[in-house]
Amino acid sequence: MSDIDITSKTMDGMGPHGTKVGLLRVLGPAHVWALGVGIVLVGEYMGWNFAVGKGGAYAALIACWFAGILYSCVAMIDSEVTSTVAAAGGQYTQAKHIVGPLMAFNVGLYLVFAYTMLEAGNAITLGYLISVAADMTGATEPLDQRPFIILAIMFLAWLNYRGVLATLTFNLIITAFAFCAILILFFASAPWSDTSLLAHADLMSGQAALPYGWLGVLAAMHFGLWFYLGIEGTTQAAEEVRSPARSLPFGTLAGIMTLLIAATLTWYICVGYLPWEYLGDGVNGAVAPLFSAAQMTGSDALIVILGFGTLFATLASANGCINDASRAWFSMGRDHYLPQWFGAVHPQYRTPYRAIIFLVPIALIFALGAPLDQVITFSILSGLLGYTFMPINVILFRRKWPLDTIKRGYEHPFHPIPAILLIALCSVTYFAVFLGYGTQLIAMVSFYIVVSLWFHFWRYRFVKRADQFTMPWPKPRGY
Amino acid sequence: MWPMIETGAWVLSALFALHMVWDWYRTDTTYSEDVLTSSREGEIEAMTEQHRLEGGGNV
Repeated sequence: MSDIDITSKTMDGMGPHGTKVGLLRVLGPAHVWALGVGIVLVGEYMGWNFAVGKGGAYAALIACWFAGILYSCVAMIDSEVTSTVAAAGGQYTQAKHIVGPLMAFNVGLYLVFAYTMLEAGNAITLGYLISVAADMTGATEPLDQRPFIILAIMFLAWLNYRGVLATLTFNLIITAFAFCAILILFFASAPWSDTSLLAHADLMSGQAALPYGWLGVLAAMHFGLWFYLGIEGTTQAAEEVRSPARSLPFGTLAGIMTLLIAATLTWYICVGYLPWEYLGDGVNGAVAPLFSAAQMTGSDALIVILGFGTLFATLASANGCINDASRAWFSMGRDHYLPQWFGAVHPQYRTPYRAIIFLVPIALIFALGAPLDQVITFSILSGLLGYTFMPINVILFRRKWPLDTIKRGYEHPFHPIPAILLIALCSVTYFAVFLGYGTQLIAMVSFYIVVSLWFHFWRYRFVKRADQFTMPWPKPRGY
Repeated sequence: MWPMIETGAWVLSALFALHMVWDWYRTDTTYSEDVLTSSREGEIEAMTEQHRLEGGGNV
């Protein structure tokens, strides 16, 4: 410990404004890609297929592509703003600089809840996968899933605690494997061959085409998000990438392109192998549809590859969620939106260690004590509220700091069309969510209203207003 | 075999948790709070070009 000079002015990460120990700038675009795609790819392996249950195979495809447009807008907007507001906290920090403290507080909470709930959901899924593996290998007694759920959370929290480079390099490897597994299944299925086992014509004709009509398409929108939910998490790496202006847009946009390919291939493979009634039942039918599709091929090698793909995708998602939730919590602590105690950085590992540890028991409580569908719904709704903030954010950003006042690492095209499109698609998705989970939606919005009142009337007095704005920006237009 | 793996998972979980808690305690007792919470949102290396406002003024 003594050989570390934490007051060094030359060490990487030693920032301005009196920073003696800060987060480490060691990441590249590949890590940003791994963070974004890693969080999301589990949605290809499981969860999206509930969209098939809501409206059939074509409804799921429409939802997949509509959600793809929504998330392309998210990725473009995020790439522009975060290449300029390159600090930990992602959208929270963007909101703080561009909109105001109350919005920032809410966005920070959306992020922490969305990622912590998703982490809990991933841990529950991992426990289930291990129990399936136990059954397949001839276990005679039912497996206790709890030690595996706890181990997943503890191991990944420990990895995050020890350093961001190892954490996201690990994510890069397992995410790349999980993505390649989808490609391998597609090419092994040989859709161009006459001998292919894919049976789209038989499985998607007649009543199976759109079993619930266009209302089914609307209902499927909710689960269409599942193909891409979390890609916006790339922004949380902003304070730890070597070149934010280059790495963040590159990693984020490469990530959304990867996901568009993975989502479409996943849909194509699964609806070609599995009847929509089975595929759409994610509880008693195809819990892990890509794995079920691999089983349909009859190839042991594909079953093993997709089995590990499912496992790795789940691990990668939980790992990225711990990384992102802790950065958002850390940033709020650093700005005194929460107790400053959470804004500590480990002097050796250079990670927000207290934020990482604090969120572990919360994830464990939800992973061990809450049903999966409720955990996932809470995550999706928090994410959706975050997406609603983004178009407002970018419109204000362009208005207050036009293109000729701040140099951006990336300028998203056709402004304000992506922002308007994003608002419209969010509105449709809110309606779809309200149809299926109206009570949860109202309960959650009520929760955020209550905590907003708490922040406005109590917590904000502790915020050092001058200290929280450190970007070397010009004054906004009109001020 | 699976009962042993279950036990192993419990043990590993405990080891990871204990290591984090032990290191947390060691860190908090070795460094001052002032150092640990000194991180501030900073300038961005790649964006340190002077932003030029219309009218030629640097900020």
